[in-house]
Amino acid sequence: MKYVDEFRDPELIARAAQEIARTAEPSRHYRIMEVCGGHTHAIYRHGLRDVLPENIELVHGPGCPVCVLPTGRVDDGLAIAQHPGAILTCFGDMLRVPGTKGTPLELKARGADIRMVYSPLDALRLAVDNPKRHVCFFAIGFETTAPSTALTLLRAQELGLRNFSVFCNHVTIVPAMRAILDSPGMRIDGFVGPGHVSSITGCRPYEFVARDYGKPVAVAGFEPLDILEAIIMVLRQLRAGEAKVENQYRRIVPWEGNPVALRAMARVFELRPYFEWRGLGFISQSALKLNASFAQWDAEVQFELPGIRVTDPKAAQCGEVLKGVLKPHQCKLFAKECNPEHPIGALMVSSEGACAAYYRYAHRGDPVSA
Amino acid sequence: MTTIERPPPRVRFDDAQIEMSHGAGGKASRRLVEGLIAPLFANAVLAKLSDAAALSLGGAAYATTADSFVVKPLRFPGGSIGELAVNGTVNDLAVSGARAEALMAAFILEAGLPTTTLRAEVEAMAEAASRAGVAIVGGDTKVVEHGACDGMYVTTFGVGKIDGRLTLDPRSVRTGDRVLLSGPIGDHGITILLARGELDLEADLSSDTRSVWPYVSALLDTCADSVRWMRDPTRGGVATSLNELARDSGLGIVLYEEAVPLRREVRGACEILGLDPLHIANEGQFLAIVAERDADRALAAVRAVAGGEGATLIGEVRAEPARQVLGISAYGGTRVIDMLVGDPLPRIC
Repeated sequence: MKYVDEFRDPELIARAAQEIARTAEPSRHYRIMEVCGGHTHAIYRHGLRDVLPENIELVHGPGCPVCVLPTGRVDDGLAIAQHPGAILTCFGDMLRVPGTKGTPLELKARGADIRMVYSPLDALRLAVDNPKRHVCFFAIGFETTAPSTALTLLRAQELGLRNFSVFCNHVTIVPAMRAILDSPGMRIDGFVGPGHVSSITGCRPYEFVARDYGKPVAVAGFEPLDILEAIIMVLRQLRAGEAKVENQYRRIVPWEGNPVALRAMARVFELRPYFEWRGLGFISQSALKLNASFAQWDAEVQFELPGIRVTDPKAAQCGEVLKGVLKPHQCKLFAKECNPEHPIGALMVSSEGACAAYYRYAHRGDPVSA
Repeated sequence: MTTIERPPPRVRFDDAQIEMSHGAGGKASRRLVEGLIAPLFANAVLAKLSDAAALSLGGAAYATTADSFVVKPLRFPGGSIGELAVNGTVNDLAVSGARAEALMAAFILEAGLPTTTLRAEVEAMAEAASRAGVAIVGGDTKVVEHGACDGMYVTTFGVGKIDGRLTLDPRSVRTGDRVLLSGPIGDHGITILLARGELDLEADLSSDTRSVWPYVSALLDTCADSVRWMRDPTRGGVATSLNELARDSGLGIVLYEEAVPLRREVRGACEILGLDPLHIANEGQFLAIVAERDADRALAAVRAVAGGEGATLIGEVRAEPARQVLGISAYGGTRVIDMLVGDPLPRIC
């Protein structure tokens, strides 16, 4: 398959692994953070740790949209689903994220009309096809998914659609990276930068990481060879004593980003003054909301939402794992109370969550009995 | 009438309600059956939880099985609910080492179902049964109110005589045994997903629904005493079937990831949708564990039957990692392959 097979070629992967071993200084321990959950998933899915030398440690970052969504926001979304006549639509990942009173799937089994969609445009189509129902799209994701939400809202505006709304939980990656760089005791040597987010934002937003913090960044694709090449880029910079932003994912990521998508986002969204991230707390200017001209499609305006802040279960150490302080299996609940079938923290839900990826592909302990 | 002694049941099922994942064939289904249903029915035959129950009647061993079909949509490229209902039961018997000798069919029909739809499905069943060389000798019909089921549900029951040359038991599996897969995986699940029309994806793909008996039969004629275990990897896919084997045998199953046969279209759809083809349902494939000494002969035998050309040896049994399935890529990357968790594609059969 084109764009897949050549990036999984065993011979090229072996050569990249040799190059990594050559470039890394044997006496040094490297901590490289892959910001994006898609990378975390790919690293475990493809067993990349098996081809890396032991002194290169990959630290999992906060780039998993489902994982960083605080429980209170899940509850707010589920409150919409309980309005008479409402259809709540969301991406598949959201369906098993626990709110205070259960997951969307459990609510659905009890009769709420909650449906999985692959695109917000599918939710819009549902609204057009069901004029007597109200269809709300539970929007999550970084800059990767925000443009499709924006385009859907522009389309809703064009159609003058009255039975459609968006519950906006879009977040932006750069403030989260800054929060991690600022968090005390956090030693990261360099970053594998997000690939799909950067196809929208371009590479410039990461320049502060190199300029202000002196850390290399290599924006990377999601195939094994992409990730290995980005690691080589970071190691070469470290070896040369440099810090800059490099673009490994040139086949998808233009340096300046996608101006059409950015314009659509600018028409629809504005920055929230602050937003709560699971594990990271409140981060200023880190999330998007619909601007005033889209208020009639804004679920936060149209519905009365509980808006109650819910703290994570005390024993769950999602925050530490999200910040890369703990590895998934070091959490007290990992593979015990918290497992993919009965997740306690969201990191165990999404395929991009570090805990779910670790559990699914790398956990060699006693399998949880079926 | 004799009463059977009933030991106190040990129910271990804490879920408050039934959800779609309990029917998806993965971990949740297994918990429901093992935690609630099997303990309450408690008996030695059921305790084996194989695809078919082995019964000894008049000195001969018979396999019996029942399977319900609730697929949506009723018709899809390559098949329909009626054809699935026949092949599904024929295959459960086949992987128990039995050629289907008689089937029964029970229908739940919704008021308002067009007769043409029903007739088409009954005809599809008759044709599939005739292809599989089995008669449908009885059944039942019930009708429910409009809206109470999606058109029609079908349950089939089947019986067949178990091939006397064969002993299937996960505990007979040994390290070094090979994993034989009869052909490309994921066709059925992905076909249904696309047939629902909820995704803007199209592919030239059809369900693999067919009887696997001709292939199983060729395998048994070649080396029945080397065949240790068989399964048809329907809901939950190859990954779930092999995890069950790993668990029941106490051994590790190692898959060579690149060896697993996969059509380009299925691979593409799975890449786009983030699905693992090893979790996708099949309706016309089977897995067999064959002793190493006969693995190549077994493979040649399946490949020699028309439609079996895609058969492949996809892995082997090792002592470690015990009770797990491990995937190894061509470049030496490893990953644990788990059972299906959750419900990627509801109501596929």
